[in-house]
Amino acid sequence: MSHAHVEGNTIDHLERATLEGKNKILGFWIFLGAEMVIFGTLFAAHIGLRGELNGGVSGAEIFSLPIVAIMTALLLTSSMTSVMAIQAMHRHELKGVALWLGITVLLALGFLGLEIYEFVHYVHEYEFNIQQSPFSTTFYVLVGCHGTHVAIGIVWISLLIGQLFKKGLTVVTAPKVYVASLYWHFIDVVWVFIFTVVYLMGKVG
Amino acid sequence: MAHAHAHGHKKRYTGIMDWITTVDHKKIGILYLFAGLLFFAIGGLEALFIRLQLAYPMNEVVSAQRFNELITMHGTTMLFLAALPILYGFFNYIIPLQIGARDVAFPFLNSLGFWTFFFGGILLNLGFITGDGLPDSGWTAYAPLATEYSPGTGMDLYSIGLQLSGIGTLLGGLNFVVTIVNMRAPGMTMMRMPLFVWTAFITSILIVFAFSALAVGLLMISFDRLFGGNFFNTAAGGNEILWQHIFWIFGHPEVYILVLPAFGILSEVIPTFSRKRLFGYTSMVFATSIIGFLGFMVWAHHMFTVGMGAVANTMFAVATMLIAVPTGIKIFNWIFTMWKGQVRFTTANLFAIGFIPSFTVGGVTGVMLAMAASDYVFHDTYFVVAHFHYVIVGGTVHGIFAALFYWFPKMFGRTLNETLGKITFWLLLIGFNLTFFIQHWLGVVGMPRRVYTYLDGQPGWNEMNFVSTIGAILMGVAVLLVVINIVITLMKPKNAPADPWEDGRTMEWAISSPPPEYNFKQTPLVRGLDAWWVEKRAGNKEMTPAEPVGPIHMPNGSILPFIMSIGLFIAGIGFMYDTLWAIIGGLAVLVICMILRSLIDDPGYHIEPEEIEGKGVKA
Amino acid sequence: MVKRWMKRLVPLMAMMVLFLTGCDFQLAGALAPKGPVAEKQLELILWSLIVMIFVLLVVFVLFFTAIFRFRRRRGQDNQIPEQIEGNHKLEATWTIIPIFLLFIMAVPTVALTFNLEEEAQAVEGQRVIKVVGKQFWWEFTYPEEGIVTAQEVYIPVGEKVVFELSSADVIHSFWVPQLAGKKDANPGSKTINYLYLQADEPGVYKGKCTELCGQSHALMDFKLIALEKDEYEAWVADMLLTAEVTAETQLGAELFNAKCLVCHAVDPGMSSVGPNLNGFADRMYIGGFIDNNAEKLAQWIKNPIGMKPGVTMPPFENELTTDEINEIVKYLQSLH
Repeated sequence: MSHAHVEGNTIDHLERATLEGKNKILGFWIFLGAEMVIFGTLFAAHIGLRGELNGGVSGAEIFSLPIVAIMTALLLTSSMTSVMAIQAMHRHELKGVALWLGITVLLALGFLGLEIYEFVHYVHEYEFNIQQSPFSTTFYVLVGCHGTHVAIGIVWISLLIGQLFKKGLTVVTAPKVYVASLYWHFIDVVWVFIFTVVYLMGKVG
Repeated sequence: MAHAHAHGHKKRYTGIMDWITTVDHKKIGILYLFAGLLFFAIGGLEALFIRLQLAYPMNEVVSAQRFNELITMHGTTMLFLAALPILYGFFNYIIPLQIGARDVAFPFLNSLGFWTFFFGGILLNLGFITGDGLPDSGWTAYAPLATEYSPGTGMDLYSIGLQLSGIGTLLGGLNFVVTIVNMRAPGMTMMRMPLFVWTAFITSILIVFAFSALAVGLLMISFDRLFGGNFFNTAAGGNEILWQHIFWIFGHPEVYILVLPAFGILSEVIPTFSRKRLFGYTSMVFATSIIGFLGFMVWAHHMFTVGMGAVANTMFAVATMLIAVPTGIKIFNWIFTMWKGQVRFTTANLFAIGFIPSFTVGGVTGVMLAMAASDYVFHDTYFVVAHFHYVIVGGTVHGIFAALFYWFPKMFGRTLNETLGKITFWLLLIGFNLTFFIQHWLGVVGMPRRVYTYLDGQPGWNEMNFVSTIGAILMGVAVLLVVINIVITLMKPKNAPADPWEDGRTMEWAISSPPPEYNFKQTPLVRGLDAWWVEKRAGNKEMTPAEPVGPIHMPNGSILPFIMSIGLFIAGIGFMYDTLWAIIGGLAVLVICMILRSLIDDPGYHIEPEEIEGKGVKA
Repeated sequence: MVKRWMKRLVPLMAMMVLFLTGCDFQLAGALAPKGPVAEKQLELILWSLIVMIFVLLVVFVLFFTAIFRFRRRRGQDNQIPEQIEGNHKLEATWTIIPIFLLFIMAVPTVALTFNLEEEAQAVEGQRVIKVVGKQFWWEFTYPEEGIVTAQEVYIPVGEKVVFELSSADVIHSFWVPQLAGKKDANPGSKTINYLYLQADEPGVYKGKCTELCGQSHALMDFKLIALEKDEYEAWVADMLLTAEVTAETQLGAELFNAKCLVCHAVDPGMSSVGPNLNGFADRMYIGGFIDNNAEKLAQWIKNPIGMKPGVTMPPFENELTTDEINEIVKYLQSLH
């Protein structure tokens, strides 16, 4: 790997300025491909099994669309704030990046909090847990898998904010921020599908 | 092209620590090769016990339970822990050399992939040590046998161990895709890549998508077994067929994952030993891509007898038969590579050439199996066992041994013994045909698969099974000879030249055997397909460089992948035995290591030009 | 025209296959079909075999020619052969011909697959026998006649029979090699399968489970017995009669009712956890594969798991004395 000068336009896009950065971005897209298969399989299982209630409750009975709508608003907004963070990064504004990422994390925490409340409520009110029915199993595994991804994203982005303050915006930290925002958009898209397929279609029955 | 360079210190480990912390693709390749060979030996022993049990009717070498464990472990071990890791060994070692790169895209991830595979493999085999039961529902683990009707920890070893080693495989596949896309030397367009790199590329894409589906399926099995889930619990309304769909959406690409690299190996070995370029390179590339794509469209031909209906069955039947076309194209291309060439029968080439008739036999029985109405007769009988062993042993294993003999001098600096190699080849050829040809017949006269014994007095069954067992013993001897060959060769001095076959065509033969740590003193300039052959024909003794001599940036090793894998291993055991501290502790180790890796920047170190000139390159 | 060709080549191929694997081996199983379904399936197999042997011959001839004619000879070391990139004509040939070959195999495949499915689904007015696979035995129910039996299923010769397949536990698969290909017996109510077959000759046909189902998967054999119509009717009538308890079998019957009835019905129409034992004395085998005689039967009752690993029937060697077991055996041997 030889030395060379940093070219002009790489200053705008720090994340692509090095081979390592490009590799990370391509690698992450491939990883997202794998994640698409993972969620796709979980969706297929859910769609196939959601009619089997085993004498338990259905989605129409227990889903609260208002809460789910708030959760959706929080997550979609957090996706937008992560875009603002990337734009700040392209303007080399470290404080802007940290601010927007921080808001993203807060919105995500709101989402996660509501989801945890939702699950606890289901278990207490309806004994709607993993064991109740094929519907309940696929619900918790699919939506829970998504929630786990959100939780991981929260920890990841928080640590990134800390790193940014310590090391600044460099050709090493920029790809990390970019890749984290890719991850966040993916999580958001998956939620749109969950909201539609699990909750909306489940409510309609 | 800038890169982040700070002048870090090189952490130099030696001995075992060097191997545990290495992120060098060559060392990791060797680790994969030996780990894979170890599991291959274990899988082979399992096969020998299976055949010993079946040598006589109502035999009592092993119990019914133990037999079901043996067939499950044999399949699982051979496919996940032996064949693919050995191929990964060659991918790892050879691909960067063939594309003119100094390492893979993600060296740390490379190491992580190896250690998770390795510890996953240990977890899968843990039952041999704990005596707590082994997986016993077949490598296909059909529910509800694998869930409700296999109490105990045996099938947890399967669902969790395979999950862990599957993560390793996934990471490896991802690594190779990015490496091949982003890190080719200047001048190497996609259509100038060696075919081995092409097949590795398509294989890696298949791995990324197929293993993800498997991961979800295994997760579902774990949920049903450990947490009372209802995915496959028919009493509660679950559907056992769902498992079959998910498994085979993985399972069919899996067999192409196993055979495409062998196709790639053949496409290197045969041209080299025919002194002729690969016939029909372009169509080989297209054929490989089509096989990869179609491989995802045919999974339900494993489910013809499930009752999906005639429409589904015929669609999958026709799609499956179509794959024969690109595969046939390849067979003819190899034959015509040799046509009008000068064929040299080294051991590597014997295995490559032996592949052609053997795999073709397996391929034609595959077409017969694809015909749904015929498959109603063949399914789950020894006919299927014969088919897949012909394509796996006649195909993948031949490819693996060809690669072993071909690239051994490059990897280890010594050439394997040719005489022993040739005896191995003939013994394996005779042995495997003896074992499996007769099984076609056994299947159609009525012997099902996965039977721990058979009744006496069925016409011909005793003799046919006995002959099959003799063949298996011959195969065992052949593999033993390979092991002996490796051991005695490694004791010889390292004196192989850079191009020991003299007719090397691709860039790995342009550098010393074994290559220096940094592979290429200067990144090479690729001026055509078969880049090294092009240089040799132009009268050059080295590759034309694409850059001046300069300091070479190298990554540091790290102990973190090893520790992370142990953390996952402990968490896996915790899930299996319902031990909370192990689950939390193991996962905590994983998370802490990931955080450390992210927070602590490791810029690697540089090898300065003075050090490079000193080492030199052996011609 | 294709059909005529196939009919001529079929016996030729059958003979060739015999030749290939040695004269000692008899045609059996799917190679000795005794009904229309198995015959049609074997025809398709042999047709595909002919086409595939043709392919193999072409490949083998080219292959052996290549390695013999073009092996390296002395004195060639300094000559480099011509580096041939490809040949469009050849490549087109070996793309198009295989596609054609696949076509002539795919067409009969699609036809037969649909034909078999249609026949199996045409259940109205058909004789349907319900098959339930259980670890490790087979239960057969005749809804019209009101008979529940196990391990041996009787059908009339020359009549189409439809089997309704399901399982009480894990996935099994129902296969009578000489009469038809197999179909899976799945647990759960949404995955019930229908398989049709017909026996053209009277006889006892071997049946096997062909999906790994646990320890005794290998021993989960059953028999399909085809009888001429009048004999079949006689069997039905016989099954509907229950055996009378005599003074000889009185003690055995009482012991049976106390210890065995909880799992084994003897009433002709009752399903039970274990096999219905009505007519047990006429069955050829115990547990599907053990010769049905007094000695083996006593051994079975003492310790069934020792003879057939993994069975659900518990051992009775500690619960019953040898004499008691022999009494039960006598009773069972009276169940005609």
